Amino acid sequence: MAKSGLTGSRIRERRMQLGLRQSVLARTVGISASYLNLIEHNRRRIAGKLLLSIGRELGVEANVLTDGAEGALIEALRDAAVGPDARTEDLARPEDFAGRFPGWAALLAAQHRRILALEHTAEALTDRLTHDPQLAASMHEVLSVVTAIRSTAGILAGPGEIDPEWQKRFHRNLYEDSRRLAESSQALVEYLDSAGDEGGDAGLTLPQEELESWLERRGYHVTELEQGDGPEAVLASDADLRGSPAARSMALGYLAKYAGDAEAMPLAAVRAAVAEVGYDPARLATLFGCDLATVFRRLASLPQGAGAPRIGLVACDSSGTLTFRKPVEGFALPRFGAACPLWPLYQALVRPMTPVRARVEQAGRDAAAFLTFAISQPATPPGFDLPQVFHATMLILPEELAADEPGGRSLPIGSSCRICPRAHCAARREPSILTDGF
Amino acid sequence: MGKRVLLIEDEPNIIEAIRFVLSRAGYVVDTHSDGSTALAAIRAKKPDMVILDVMLPNRSGYDILRDLRAEAATVALPVLMLTARGQKKDREMAERYGASRYMTKPFSNAEMIGTVTELLGQ
Repeated sequence: MAKSGLTGSRIRERRMQLGLRQSVLARTVGISASYLNLIEHNRRRIAGKLLLSIGRELGVEANVLTDGAEGALIEALRDAAVGPDARTEDLARPEDFAGRFPGWAALLAAQHRRILALEHTAEALTDRLTHDPQLAASMHEVLSVVTAIRSTAGILAGPGEIDPEWQKRFHRNLYEDSRRLAESSQALVEYLDSAGDEGGDAGLTLPQEELESWLERRGYHVTELEQGDGPEAVLASDADLRGSPAARSMALGYLAKYAGDAEAMPLAAVRAAVAEVGYDPARLATLFGCDLATVFRRLASLPQGAGAPRIGLVACDSSGTLTFRKPVEGFALPRFGAACPLWPLYQALVRPMTPVRARVEQAGRDAAAFLTFAISQPATPPGFDLPQVFHATMLILPEELAADEPGGRSLPIGSSCRICPRAHCAARREPSILTDGF
Repeated sequence: MGKRVLLIEDEPNIIEAIRFVLSRAGYVVDTHSDGSTALAAIRAKKPDMVILDVMLPNRSGYDILRDLRAEAATVALPVLMLTARGQKKDREMAERYGASRYMTKPFSNAEMIGTVTELLGQ
């Protein structure tokens, strides 16, 4: 019998638990005792207002009467079975599992709820780390200086003799601290002002962030360059990049490289080639006679929409510092601090000129599988007695574009150690805040 | 000789002011500025109490406090936590990790002397 067919039995069981007579309950909800009797023996269906009334009199939610206590459990199992780790057919029958192993099912459901709660915490902490460090540092600076001023002024203004030498020191400290306070409060006000600018680059503090924000607004696709305009012309005609001189300088460098890439791999030809060979960087590199990094950048600059999903890209220099970030949903890129050392980007960095391909998956509920391609190439011409500079680039292809591509099993990776919940990671450089007692 | 206070703080002018105020009140004040070596400094100097800033270079004051409370020799050492944060969760964290007192910046010299005197039972 379907679980809803046992609603009457549950009403009877609950009524008897409460020691409530059938005739009393029937009268309270406005039906005859004989009709309630038929309901309780599952010979009449019950729903709507009458079910709600009986539930209210029995002190339970109506769905507990219709679904039973196991209803919530089955719902939780069903919820758990749609996660990224649910891949087998038999997960489609949570009722069987709950019926045969109720204890294990309850444990699994409880752990699923716990995972959701932890992921929620992780998201909140990620958000806090992503958006607040600048504000927290500014506030700390202001309060520290104010503390020094207050304490020093208290000494000078308070009772008791002070040696002239100490007086001189404290006056000097006061002068230094008042200058610092003026600077740090001005920086704080500027930060808060920028956060209040609607549509502005709120809270952006680095030239790289200003450039990436500008590119984000353009979908990382610069139409003017595709049509043959020069980088200077693009910058001159686009007042949207209002950023600092440093950001404009970085933009100029980026646009120059973009223009070179577009010349080597014209948009129409790239589209035609992708239609023919797919998102296969090696084949595209052969077709266009380009290096892999150029192909990666070009694929990541294709216009999105109309069946063309977003493709991510990251680049780093020899120190591992991320020099470019085009994020893609499900693959979190750290805004501050270093990224996960397990990224194929870094595997490529330590093996220059050796292409790396790896299927990866980050931790977290919104994480998805991606196929990544990475290469580290010299950024400077070869020369004697000079340091050789390498830049590594990694293309992040959503699984839907790369389902048929080889790449092996998904490698579990993170975003950055501080917010990565993966335990026992050989590459961990610092503890996660998720285990620090927050 | 007065009781020994070890001030672990990285802001030079705060160090100077607190050292002056407490010295004038009769305490012997040692100072230390780096979080990563703070535990070693405490073990070496054996102070009667510690004034510990939360935001230190290289290691958080909370981590230092947690380690102090895990050692038999310092489990009961009076520790006054200083922080620029004043949120409820920060106070709760200081209490959870075993701070004897908690003081939010900016504080007055009178508050500082009063709390140190109280913690040292004088």
